[in-house]
Amino acid sequence: MSNIIVIAEVRGGSLKRPSLEAITAGQQLASANGGQVIAIACGNGLDAAAAELGAANKVVAIDGAGFAEYSGDAWAKAIAEQVKANDGAAVLMAHTAMGKDLLPRVSGLLETGIITDVVGVSCEGGSFGAKKPVFGGKATMTVKATKSPFCATIRPNNFDAASGSGGEVAKVDAPSGDMLSVVKEIIAAGGDKTPLAEAKVVVAGGRGLKDADSFKIIEELAAAFGPGVAAVGASRAVVDAGWRPHSEQVGQTGKVVGPPLYFAIGISGAIQHLAGMRTARTIVAINKDADAPIFKVADYGIVGDAFEIVPALTKAIAEVVANR
Amino acid sequence: MDIVVCIKRVPATDTAIKIAADGKSIETNGVSFEMNAYDEFALEQALLIKEQLGEGTVTAITIGPKESQKEMRDALARGADKAVLLTTDQWAYDGAATAQALAAWLSANPCQLVLCGKQAVDSDNNQLPGNLAARLGFACVTEVTKLELADGTFTAERDIEGAREVVTCKTPAVISCNKGLNEPRYANLKGIMKAKKKPLEESAADLPAAAMEIVSIELPPARAEGRIVGEGADAVPALIEALRNEAKAI
Repeated sequence: MSNIIVIAEVRGGSLKRPSLEAITAGQQLASANGGQVIAIACGNGLDAAAAELGAANKVVAIDGAGFAEYSGDAWAKAIAEQVKANDGAAVLMAHTAMGKDLLPRVSGLLETGIITDVVGVSCEGGSFGAKKPVFGGKATMTVKATKSPFCATIRPNNFDAASGSGGEVAKVDAPSGDMLSVVKEIIAAGGDKTPLAEAKVVVAGGRGLKDADSFKIIEELAAAFGPGVAAVGASRAVVDAGWRPHSEQVGQTGKVVGPPLYFAIGISGAIQHLAGMRTARTIVAINKDADAPIFKVADYGIVGDAFEIVPALTKAIAEVVANR
Repeated sequence: MDIVVCIKRVPATDTAIKIAADGKSIETNGVSFEMNAYDEFALEQALLIKEQLGEGTVTAITIGPKESQKEMRDALARGADKAVLLTTDQWAYDGAATAQALAAWLSANPCQLVLCGKQAVDSDNNQLPGNLAARLGFACVTEVTKLELADGTFTAERDIEGAREVVTCKTPAVISCNKGLNEPRYANLKGIMKAKKKPLEESAADLPAAAMEIVSIELPPARAEGRIVGEGADAVPALIEALRNEAKAI
């Protein structure tokens, strides 16, 4: 029998929610190939996180002071050893900053390949497959693994979070020693900003907002959804103009997002932007140009001046949220 | 410091993708190709480091079709000292195979730093930097937006969810570059003239079998036609109503 390994992301002692979504993807594979789901977590002080990983059949906690800070090379080495020791046929991790950094290295150590930003997984007759957006979301590619183990990072917000309890926890001492690279400091972005890729609602603004200060109306609309729900996004044009940081850019040279609800405000809808948000479940466009391409992909549109519409919308959303 | 910059020729980002008849690749007729946007940041960073140190070499390398000569000439014109084109007729979508081929080349042509874009905007697979670093035993930091070199050690910054991470990294290293790291220079006429005399080595790529086989490439399903709910702020109640009762989105 061979198992499905899910690498869990723990930061500051707390488990990141996309890891539980990766476990759901792992459960789908495990039910197809008859193996178990084994979660591997790295860090210093993992008891609480390990308890939250109860949906996995077993948790391997590589725990200790040596792993207090993230090191791509040291963690990848320890994880690759555990993948082998636990008979891993597939290795999954959430497609987060850490997942994108860590799993490619693990796959290199295991002399296999990886498919990233996956939105669907499959296992037929012992052969693993996955589906992922390519060309910045303009197309979807389906692949079949020809090498083992199969490695994939799972796009956040695409699988439900797994829940469960009672899995066995096996502790492994984190090695200490030479690290080629190590995190020295984490600088919070200020406030409790919701990560763009994980947000339930994305409120994105474009050049139609005229200047950087006017993004205040975008931030206010995002805030109206309540804490931890909405994130601010931006078009490439406003990022290139220096109004917003690149971390907020949606589109082909920014982030590809698929939230349940997406607002495109003052964004005309260049092909690169549309590719980056077209998988959102519901899209709302606000633009003064009724012929803007954004209205072709939007479910609901309002034609008119964003400076007049957005504050009214913010007020209405705040009322809806308050009455929930 | 000898620096190698990995570059990929990709369809321009404004390309409307059409699927080829085989259902596994894209139609390339009429598509214009360019240097992968993120690789421009990698090349610029290599040139900045060389300028900072006042010594060393910058080698641009690519695995791709013969036409990639254009992107390699562009890299030389911007300031690379040498370019290497490993030719293949296949679309180099599989980062594991690419990493293996590059690792073999780098073992024969050692360097202290490999810079790449954070991902190629065709396959969007973010795989190469980590996979290559693991094979070479190099340190690796991905998606950096700030990079400083002092006493042979790099200090890099990268965006993580809701924060920035500061990472120290020894050499030799593979570092992947994100937008925001620098402002890439473009080739000027002098650079273009100079590039004609710079070496562009070309040989057939020895690409191992891909770790992932493409089953199909499809266009996403077209979205159902939406509607304009109204004009101006007066349309807000209608929008709220639709989001609430029709889309059940709020």
